[in-house]
Amino acid sequence: MLSIFRKEINSFLNSLIAYIVIGLFLTAMGLFTWVFPETNVLDYGFADMQTLFSIAPFVFMFLIPAITMRTFAEEKKDGTIELLLTRPVTDWDIILGKYFSSLLLVVFALLPTLIYYYSIIELGNPIGNIDSAGVAGSYIGLILLGAVFTSIGILSSALSVNQIVSFIIAVFLCFIFYSGFQSLATINVWGELSSLVDQLGIAYHYNALSKGLIDSRDVLYFVSVIAFMLLSTNLVLDSRKWQ
Amino acid sequence: MSVVVSDLVKIYKTQNAVNHISFQAGKGEILGFLGPNGAGKSTTMKIATCYIPPTSGTITVCGFDVTESPLDVRKHIGYLPEHNPLYLDMYVHEYLQFIGSLHKLKGIFLTNRVKEMVELCGLTIEQNKKIGALSKGYRQRVGLAQSLIHDPEVLILDEPTTGLDPNQIVEIRNVIRNVGKEKTVVFSTHIMQEVQALCSRVVIINSGIIVADSSVEKLTTMQSNSRTITAEFEREIDAELLRKINGVKDVKPLGNGRYELTTDADIRNEVFRLAADQNWPLQGLKQEENSLENIFRQLTGKKGEEDA
Repeated sequence: MLSIFRKEINSFLNSLIAYIVIGLFLTAMGLFTWVFPETNVLDYGFADMQTLFSIAPFVFMFLIPAITMRTFAEEKKDGTIELLLTRPVTDWDIILGKYFSSLLLVVFALLPTLIYYYSIIELGNPIGNIDSAGVAGSYIGLILLGAVFTSIGILSSALSVNQIVSFIIAVFLCFIFYSGFQSLATINVWGELSSLVDQLGIAYHYNALSKGLIDSRDVLYFVSVIAFMLLSTNLVLDSRKWQ
Repeated sequence: MSVVVSDLVKIYKTQNAVNHISFQAGKGEILGFLGPNGAGKSTTMKIATCYIPPTSGTITVCGFDVTESPLDVRKHIGYLPEHNPLYLDMYVHEYLQFIGSLHKLKGIFLTNRVKEMVELCGLTIEQNKKIGALSKGYRQRVGLAQSLIHDPEVLILDEPTTGLDPNQIVEIRNVIRNVGKEKTVVFSTHIMQEVQALCSRVVIINSGIIVADSSVEKLTTMQSNSRTITAEFEREIDAELLRKINGVKDVKPLGNGRYELTTDADIRNEVFRLAADQNWPLQGLKQEENSLENIFRQLTGKKGEEDA
């Protein structure tokens, strides 16, 4: 697994992908948090980071599929997947190597936003007036959300040979999982089941975490979705054997 | 026996790609695996490298079964897939290091091994380039180097010399020949000269069925009781006299003084003497070697169509 992980990281760094992803993410987040008049913290006047945490999922929705779309699609198109699958590594080594390398990139994009946290502490009146527990919970939530999006991206990439198709499938699935279920739940047909439908979506659990309360049920939800996506990926890779 | 294929069957949806084939290859043997396109060569190789599972039957590599212990099989195999897939944005050393690390080679040993492979496969002058910048011949060498990096006991090469120029073909062949001394090499091709130049044994497969499995010499002598001689004279001559030569079965005029003789022995001397006696100006006399190419055509040509 490690050698595939390392290879993927190298290819992120050798191509421009890593720099563009991190650069674009930080530019977008910086603009939303500090510059755009409707969302910036300075005009808003409250010392919290809600702007970052409410907009980041939508930026991730496009950025993460862009990172993951090549992982399997490119290997399948170039035939190099045959090269990997005929080495003494298991399918899981390949899937997890690719998964964690993409996730690491996402985490690295997120890390510099800690500076925002520091800035807001300093800007607060009195200084340090910020809900640190809430911020920590939100960060954990955002990383878990990124982890789910990454697993969705990996699955989509395994589904298609075409990177663009993978990208579109991934964006769509991320959207459905993030806010699709929440919107579905508001349709007036579910009756008592509506809260259950809401809980199927990421938004419900993400919002719960951002209150600063790390509930094991929420964490379990994220982990289950990731496991489901990666198991499906394994199934897709395995499907070559069913012909 | 390092590679044992026994009663192998592979069925894709409706197509019977490989149909009950069995053969073996031992250490120090270079086995040529021949067949027209779509005969089932690549399928067999993909099964041997555990890329796809067999429908029934099995292949064992160094005693390990492909369905029961695929990881052990893969450890002992060096595989060069058809079309030689490579990561074009990687450097030669980086790529070989990566493949080596997949085989659990580490540290200084891996670095040395990469250097050895670069030398063995003649990549020294191109070693600091990206694979994408290499010509086809050099890419093929990188592919070969990658398949040898972990010093496997069995080497499986799927059409290793396609698309190379004649010099490169000779060089690649030399590498395979050297390597083949202490390993088992199974390689597929449809170039017959290659088989004659390299292989000790040949397995010919057609429409998923083995049509020949023997040494190269045997295969060439097998058909040698019938040969074709083309004689060329300055003008039309009396074909009846040619037919009277001992051993001639048939004479076919090709026009412009050219005649094709079907015989069961080498009768070029007799033809020459007859021409001298009759004062026919003989311009050319050629015995068509009953090459592997002809044998290949005989074995996989018409017969295959009838089977299909």
